Amino acid sequence: MTDMTASPAEAPRRNGSLLTADDRTRRRNAAERRFRVYGMIAVGLAVLALVFLLTSIIRNGAGAFMQTYITLEVALPEDKLDKSGTRDIEELKKATTFTYSPLIKDALEAKIAEEGIEIEGLSKEGDLISKEAAAQLRNFVLANPEVIGTTREFEFLASGRIDGYYKGRVTMATAELDGNISPEQLMLADALKEAGALETRFNWAFITAPDASENRPEASGLGVAILGSFYMMLIVLVLALPIGVAASIYLEEFAPKNRFTDLIEVNISNLAAVPSIVFGILGLAIFINFAGLPQSAPIVGGLVLTLMTLPTIIIATRASLKAVPPSIREAALGVGASKMQTVFHHVLPLAAPGILTGTIIGLAQALGETAPLLLIGMVAFVREYPAAPPEGFFDPASALPVQVYNWTTRSDPAFVERASGAIIVLLVFLLIMNTLAIILRRRFERRW
Amino acid sequence: MNDMRRIERATDMKETKISARHVNVHYGDTHAIKDVSVEIQDKTVTAFIGPSGCGKSTFLRCINRMNDTIDIARIDGDIRIDGEDIYDPKVDPVQLRAKVGMVFQKPNPFPKSIFDNVAYGPRIHGLARTKAELDEIVEKSLRRAAIWDEVKDRLQQPGTGLSGGQQQRLCIARAVATEPEVLLMDEPCSALDPIATAQVEELIDELKQNYSVVIVTHSMQQAARVSQKTAFFHLGTLVEYGETGDIFTKPEDSRTESYITGRIG
Ligand SMILES: Nc1ncnc2c1ncn2[C@@H]1O[C@H](COP(=O)(O)OP(=O)(O)O)[C@@H](O)[C@H]1O
Ligand SMILES: [Mg+2]
Repeated sequence: MTDMTASPAEAPRRNGSLLTADDRTRRRNAAERRFRVYGMIAVGLAVLALVFLLTSIIRNGAGAFMQTYITLEVALPEDKLDKSGTRDIEELKKATTFTYSPLIKDALEAKIAEEGIEIEGLSKEGDLISKEAAAQLRNFVLANPEVIGTTREFEFLASGRIDGYYKGRVTMATAELDGNISPEQLMLADALKEAGALETRFNWAFITAPDASENRPEASGLGVAILGSFYMMLIVLVLALPIGVAASIYLEEFAPKNRFTDLIEVNISNLAAVPSIVFGILGLAIFINFAGLPQSAPIVGGLVLTLMTLPTIIIATRASLKAVPPSIREAALGVGASKMQTVFHHVLPLAAPGILTGTIIGLAQALGETAPLLLIGMVAFVREYPAAPPEGFFDPASALPVQVYNWTTRSDPAFVERASGAIIVLLVFLLIMNTLAIILRRRFERRW
Repeated sequence: MNDMRRIERATDMKETKISARHVNVHYGDTHAIKDVSVEIQDKTVTAFIGPSGCGKSTFLRCINRMNDTIDIARIDGDIRIDGEDIYDPKVDPVQLRAKVGMVFQKPNPFPKSIFDNVAYGPRIHGLARTKAELDEIVEKSLRRAAIWDEVKDRLQQPGTGLSGGQQQRLCIARAVATEPEVLLMDEPCSALDPIATAQVEELIDELKQNYSVVIVTHSMQQAARVSQKTAFFHLGTLVEYGETGDIFTKPEDSRTESYITGRIG
């Protein structure tokens, strides 16, 4: 910069000593040093931001992978659960969770008595256990009617507040002000922990379980979201890769260069810049309102994300096709290969690493995309796992980024932890995909 | 009209392989080849010389229809190989290119093994029915390109790992593997050092036993060394065509003389 603004009046003396740097050289070196410092500052800031982001997400989200459980001996009396005594499944279904809740409460009280725990002012000790517990017990009994009349050991989820207590989110002081939990209940939890009835350990259910309702954060998991995202990625891969690669090959190698293909080219570049929510509106209008596909289904999400990913794949593929030296095409044509043979035997293998990288980056983008999915109803609360493909593509499902969005809108602070945990899962998937892209590129890269 | 007489005299001795009449090539608005007519003989090395940009490569690429791949190129006139019009709509350029091999200015082996480089042409044209036949074709081609001894122990290694001169000979082996009748070479030695150039020139001399070789070169010494006939192009026109010895010792056109004495180009 400085040497360009130097006026010709102060032209350097050509006959100075080589051992002393002249003014012009000194200024040039100073400019270079300054530029390096700018560069280092920029990189440093980026790294700092990344570290800050990652530590804050991991600090917030790591807790989601741990969960507190309470183990209790629950009696399952026949007179309450199966009044008819026939073990008929229809009869058993008549007993609702309202019948089961007291059983758990009784079991907890029995445990307190057995351990000789006495806490002054303790009330509503049942709140220690997740509201999910009664449903869990009922499902178990419906699946195994033979257990009626026995006493069995069950492991229940502790409620979100108790779980938060062991993760530092809830303290005695906050419990004082919290209508959902009292310090006495926390003391009871501590006593149960001492007695070995309560423990905090790794939470597989976070990854496998479906979402749970507003007031049971402890039971919610990412199972449906992961499955939904996986289905959508499958659809995107199966549709976008072949369509994108075929379109790129045609445009790059076969299409005549005329105004029409120029127009297509410009439009593809524009499409890549279209905000993703627009694709959501398009998907809503075309796939749901016009084609009549079901809402919240991975098939619709997959189609929308395919539309969104196509330009990325096409641009990446065309760039890597362009990067194949023309001499390779000439060589192949020169020995009498047809155009198609030239492309498929020589050009495409050389472009493959770039195509794969572009595809994986496109998929990674699609995996993290939220806005268009909100519009096609993927934000719905889904508790049922979608079936195996291909029918499962039409079942309602959620998606990872939407689940994050969904959880952050809920009021219970336990969901903040869940959302951060989901972000960690999402980041791990993205990391795996990017690593895969790098490995594939290294593996297939050929030099010429 | 003097050179027309010359052509007729030459054709008495050897058969005409390629005959071009009134060929014009346009790249969009650029008129790159202007009414060129030439008869190229079988089993002869013909050199195209001329200053750069005069259309040597363009004309060469007309002979195997490589210009078809350039959208804006338009070719008129009539080019015949063995009397058959190669621009006839019935002619498939792919078939033509198997018959008219080409070697390019920059060595361009495929980023595949040496064996696969040579075997590619025979494979796609179905010249070998068995692996043994293919091996035989590969060996024969590599021997013809005078590179067999250097690569016979590393046929599975990448062709791109060879030196520049070896790569160019590999490309020649690849071109002869499809058993062409005409071999077009566009400045095949311009990227090579003198030793590799000498090897390739020696090779060209041998190739003329079997093929009609057309070589574009900007080295007049090279044209003098390897060719029997020379064509001098200037600004898209064929200025002079005749016996190499005659062109270099007693050129008839003043432009040819200026060029070979170094005054233009
Ligand atoms: N692909 C092309 N597109 C447009 N013009 C071209 C192309 N190839 C060659 N030309 C033009 O045709 C003329 C002849 O070029 P060329 O045959 O390459 O000359 P030479 O090989 O004798 O140096 C030049 O003016 C060049 O600019
Ligand atoms: Mg040229």
